[in-house]
Amino acid sequence: MNDSDSLPGRREAASRPGPAPRRFWRSLDELSESDEFWAWARREFPEGASELSDGVGRREFLRVMGAALAMAGLGACSRQPQLKIVPYVEQPEEILPDRPLFFSTAMTLGGFATGLLVRSNEGRPTKVEGNPSHPSSLGATGPLEQAAVLQVYDPDRSRVVLHEGNIETFGALLDAILGEMERQRPERGRRFRLLTGALSSPTLVSQINALRAALPEMKWHQWEPFSRWSIYRAAQLTTGQAAEPEYRLEKADVIIGLDYDFLGIAPDRIKLAKAFAARRRFDRDDFGDPNTLFVAEPALTITGSVAQARLPLAAREINWLTQSLGARLQVCPPPAKGAEGPVRGWLEAAVAALREKGGRSLVLAGPGQDAGTHALIHSINQKLGNLGQTVTYRQVAAADPVDHLASLHDLVNDLESGAADSVLVLGGNPVFTAPADFKLGDRLRRARFSLYAGLYDDETADCCRWHMPERHFLESWSDTRAVHGETSIVQPLIAPLYGGISVHQLLGAFLGQPAAVDYDIVRDYWRRHGNWGQDFEKQWRQVLSDGVIADTATPEINLSPGAAPAPGAAPPAAPASEPGRDEGYEVTFAPDPTLWDGQFANNAWLQELPKPFSKVTWGNPAVISPWAAQQLRVQNGDVIRLRREGAALEIPVWIQPGQAERTVTLYLGNGRQRAGRVGNGTGVNTYPLRLSSALWCCSGVQVERVGRYVQLAETHLHHSMHGRDFLRSLPLHEFKAGKRPEGREPDPERDETLYTPTKLDTARHQWGMSINLSTCIGCAACVIACQAENNIPSVGADQVTRGREMHWIRVDHYFEGDPANPRIYQQPVPCMHCETAPCELVCPVEAAVHSSDGLNQQVYNRCVGTRYCSNNCPYKVRRFNFLQYADTKTPSSQLVWNPQVTVRSRGVMEKCTYCIQRIRTTQIQAQEENRPIREGEIVPACAQACPAGAIVFGDVADPHSEVSRLKSLRLNYSMLGELNTRPRTTYLARVEWSGEASPAAPNQKRATT
Amino acid sequence: MIISEQTQAKEETRARAERDERPEPLVRPGETFRSVTDKIGGIVLAGRHPLGWWISFGIAFLLVMGLFYAIAVLLAIGVGIWGINIPVAWGFAITNFVWWIGIGHAGTLISAILLLLFQKWRNSINRLAEAMTLFAVACAAMFPLLHLGRPWAFFWLLPYPNGMELWPQFRSALVWDVFAVSTYFTVSVFFWYTGLVPDVATLRDRAKNRFSQVIFGIMALGWRGSANHWRNYESAYLLLAGLSTPLVLSVHSVVSFDFSTAIVPGWHSTIFPPYFVAGAVYSGFAMVLNIMIPLRKWYGLESVVTEKHLDNMGKVMLVTGLIVAYGYIFDMFTAWYSGDAAEQYSVVNRAIGPYAPVFWLLMLVNVVLPQSLWWPYVRKNPVPLFFAALSINLGMWLERFVIVVVSLHRDFVPSSWRMFIPTGWDWLTLFGSLGLFFALIFLFVRFLPMVSIFEVRELIAEEKEGAA
Repeated sequence: MNDSDSLPGRREAASRPGPAPRRFWRSLDELSESDEFWAWARREFPEGASELSDGVGRREFLRVMGAALAMAGLGACSRQPQLKIVPYVEQPEEILPDRPLFFSTAMTLGGFATGLLVRSNEGRPTKVEGNPSHPSSLGATGPLEQAAVLQVYDPDRSRVVLHEGNIETFGALLDAILGEMERQRPERGRRFRLLTGALSSPTLVSQINALRAALPEMKWHQWEPFSRWSIYRAAQLTTGQAAEPEYRLEKADVIIGLDYDFLGIAPDRIKLAKAFAARRRFDRDDFGDPNTLFVAEPALTITGSVAQARLPLAAREINWLTQSLGARLQVCPPPAKGAEGPVRGWLEAAVAALREKGGRSLVLAGPGQDAGTHALIHSINQKLGNLGQTVTYRQVAAADPVDHLASLHDLVNDLESGAADSVLVLGGNPVFTAPADFKLGDRLRRARFSLYAGLYDDETADCCRWHMPERHFLESWSDTRAVHGETSIVQPLIAPLYGGISVHQLLGAFLGQPAAVDYDIVRDYWRRHGNWGQDFEKQWRQVLSDGVIADTATPEINLSPGAAPAPGAAPPAAPASEPGRDEGYEVTFAPDPTLWDGQFANNAWLQELPKPFSKVTWGNPAVISPWAAQQLRVQNGDVIRLRREGAALEIPVWIQPGQAERTVTLYLGNGRQRAGRVGNGTGVNTYPLRLSSALWCCSGVQVERVGRYVQLAETHLHHSMHGRDFLRSLPLHEFKAGKRPEGREPDPERDETLYTPTKLDTARHQWGMSINLSTCIGCAACVIACQAENNIPSVGADQVTRGREMHWIRVDHYFEGDPANPRIYQQPVPCMHCETAPCELVCPVEAAVHSSDGLNQQVYNRCVGTRYCSNNCPYKVRRFNFLQYADTKTPSSQLVWNPQVTVRSRGVMEKCTYCIQRIRTTQIQAQEENRPIREGEIVPACAQACPAGAIVFGDVADPHSEVSRLKSLRLNYSMLGELNTRPRTTYLARVEWSGEASPAAPNQKRATT
Repeated sequence: MIISEQTQAKEETRARAERDERPEPLVRPGETFRSVTDKIGGIVLAGRHPLGWWISFGIAFLLVMGLFYAIAVLLAIGVGIWGINIPVAWGFAITNFVWWIGIGHAGTLISAILLLLFQKWRNSINRLAEAMTLFAVACAAMFPLLHLGRPWAFFWLLPYPNGMELWPQFRSALVWDVFAVSTYFTVSVFFWYTGLVPDVATLRDRAKNRFSQVIFGIMALGWRGSANHWRNYESAYLLLAGLSTPLVLSVHSVVSFDFSTAIVPGWHSTIFPPYFVAGAVYSGFAMVLNIMIPLRKWYGLESVVTEKHLDNMGKVMLVTGLIVAYGYIFDMFTAWYSGDAAEQYSVVNRAIGPYAPVFWLLMLVNVVLPQSLWWPYVRKNPVPLFFAALSINLGMWLERFVIVVVSLHRDFVPSSWRMFIPTGWDWLTLFGSLGLFFALIFLFVRFLPMVSIFEVRELIAEEKEGAA
């Protein structure tokens, strides 16, 4: 089984001559080259029991965790290894307890990969970073990726094979599989079904194809709750084949986003965010004009929050809006109903901007819109000359793109009619995520044979006869593709903690090779399929190290610009509903911003990550507009009842300024019953209202007040700035005219003091940070990155309700203007590391002190918990351990901790440290190597995760550093600087412009003092 | 009873006014050295206590048990059992601390300052006021310790030599607090005990059972009442009074620095020291009255603690109450005059924010109702005076709540604004501390003379001389 991170190989690797001077990451394989390693790796079944996995990786793991783990019962469901254990006689150079290693791997969500570099401390993955060479990451990540490292240690993950709810051995499962295959073969698999999510893993797909070859009449069904089928289908209509659009936002001057949170939920969201932010870098000398974003959407998303012109519009009216847009651009006949009021204004501004920018514009819509809308958008882009410029089409990277709804429907029908009685479900928890009217769970129960491979003993496991614990992606070898095909090898960082079994091995069992391990299966596939030249081993190592296989992007689909699709090929979808008719409320469904489809429901970090704008944690209130709140006479937390086609749902509300009037947005993925101890029963399960007749939005939903109230766990209760100027913005024309974002009061001069200034900042380096409010999109990746890096505990819904969340960096937001469609301001707030910090002099025990390099430090050991520092902090960035929040009892929860950061106990104040552990590590390393610290060498976790590059950290004493440059700009200001705190964290004011008239005068060279 | 007493008091006042222009006596006529000694000493030695004592002590004792329970849970689980949060990191604990410290001011003021000013009327009430000071300061001192996140490390606030060569942060007002409160407590203990010695000797001499004789004998420190003793006693007492006097002003000034040296809008104000001291005296006298009025009734001490005393204390409350009211007005003025948006908002938020009911209740009970003290009827009659004092005690607690909590809950950055909602533990700790205070008071009354016997005898002597 998996043993690549085994010891013999590492020793070998350590003795290899000439290691690179500083390598940020390396493949596991680089470390594993010895003969005994290979001999061992190829052995089909190690002598340890199957569910135990390899002994050596495990031994190392045990060495680290010692008795604590053993006592926790991790070993309880597995026998001790019978392999000889050998201690380190010579300590391998590579494995130093204080030196982390980085390995490249990839995380798959919705079928598509984001490349990651994962930090491993003493054999434990502790932190996820983006992989700079992976096209869907480019070095950054979102919150979901950041939190993956917590999931791998989740003590609630499934640990054993279950048969009808009883514990079974893997051997028994293998017997059952072999028996099932015996039974299926004569029938050519006629009654056998495979259900998966969207799959892009080439190895897995090849295994599935092998299975289909063995059982020619079996069927493969796919179900992904947020499938991109409508986009593919539109491409099919217009280009003749399913295709994945690739947007080049960096080239687009005008972007029209129609019901598409492309910065939040697109599979390449991080890449898009980077490209988008690149067009808003007012800090650059050579920066031309910013892009202008027009958004029409029902619910406020992070994409909508950075739009210049945002139009709240029901999702069902997007099609009509697209037609109106198309008609104005002479692409299609105008719709029956004309646009009025704000819609008209928005349309005209958008059309004017599009006309002006021609081929430097982009129109795009989300997967929730139907194929007709997408086809029409394709025509609009074509008309504008955007094809090949800002949008190109590539083959779909996922295998077999199908209509997931139809596919699942077929399966349900076959199960119902008895045409199928044997089902293999690979991951995805479809029983929870399937449309409620399919009653997939009930139907799965009828199957004679059903096997579910998943991470958790969840809703689907409950409905299947067999359940097999799958491996987390950080425990397993596999491969996966980014949305445009770039392929990564998934490397394990740790031996399976809970005896999970790889899906590759499971498929191998179906194919009659029950002993094949994932490592061999993946490698063999690539040995056969890759273009490796002479030396496979060398290339393979390179690929593992890079994290992406070169030249694996899906081929571009050639669209000759002249060849317009036949107009008939893309009929604008029938005007299903005209706006304005009174037909109840429209309900739109969206993936939960932190829990996605529910697969992260047991992840406490993500549960506690405040959702954008509502800042609700541990739950998913229905989002309604201020208008609807007035109609329904409800306030935040009041419960409403939604009724649709016999389905009903009771859910508390959140009143969201900027929500389209007659719409209710429901976030999916909450309210799970079998998620685990963290996720069970938090929030409301909204899937019961998501019926197959309308997956993304449905109108005519009856809404009424119930009269109950539910306490929502919010972290941010005031959404108005009260006219204060701690968050500053500057209109674009004023910025161009050379103005500064002046505050109401000037910051005091440095020598305005009665005291002799004491020189505290004596060190050579002086650390500081700059946060760019023009590029920040408010995705909250920084929040989770900080949480992972700094061992920040989760406190639970009750404590959040009491105002005791622990995040060291928070993303504040404020609304301004008309509640129906407000302007939105976001501001990440970490510790300001004030030079004259108010917190320091009030601490009676000197636990809050200032370092010579300008850090405001908190000495946990010295802190007695008077909390005076927090009271005196005007930014309120200090966090207090009111109770014992850090879980020091669950051994597996401790594994995720960063060994370089103290775990705080009860009664101690904590706060952002600028990731001091990273500063000191780099300083020590630079000192060892007798060289100065390089610019950009120290990157705090928040800056590292930020997809928009909005956070820059560095040495403010060095006039040539990037952070010094940013702080010297006109846009630079200090938050609450009038208090004479002299913050080291400063902001670049947000530059604002409206979508009304696109930014004028191209490329003036501006003075950037 | 009370009404007849009132009418009786009224009649006497009228009769006296008719009789002559002599000042009101501080001890009712008819009391002799012996009767006073019997009356006061008898309370301790006879050990018979009215029902009111038993009921009150019982309630107080139950509350003490509640307090111990709340403290045990607090130490076991953490300060998270309270309603505090970020931004309101200080809640009931600090409110209670400041309130109790304030109450602890009356004793020293009565004993020391009035002694130095030759206000003879203080002699009947100083003992109880001093005891009350001690117990109030004890209750107060408990809170800063309990409110620590890690109370077992409290001694790090003290400057003691240690291997780490670490000292407290002397710029922090909390360290000043440590010094101010501990000095005040120490001096108060000495002052109180010194004043107690002659009376304890009296009790030693009059005690009938051996146990009391031994205990009082030890406590009396060999007092024999010789002229030498009296001379030493007088100079020691005067010195201690001199030492205590600046403390009356300094302690609450230092406590007010906890707030005024911080930058929180609503805290950062130069008016705080005098305004806190006035508030302290205000609540301290109110608490003395709240205790004294029932006790003088239960133990029949009306002849020693007369309407004159009540009247004087009422006047002190009236004056200090007006200073406090001036403080409120000045606070608003400075906020407006500063032009600082956050400061102005904090004032407006007090009046119309979510805690507005607390603020307006504060204005009612601490400013409006005490104006009744302008009327001599209220000052001289125990029942209305008792309720006026009660109103002031409530008001001063609310004032501290408004300063601590309402200022913190909305400061500079609205994203962090949040409400403080006290939990059951908060309330139990508050009422538990009241229980502790009253339990200690009742035990004091039971075991030590609550009115200074020798000083009242001094008064009688002076009255006689005056009459002669």
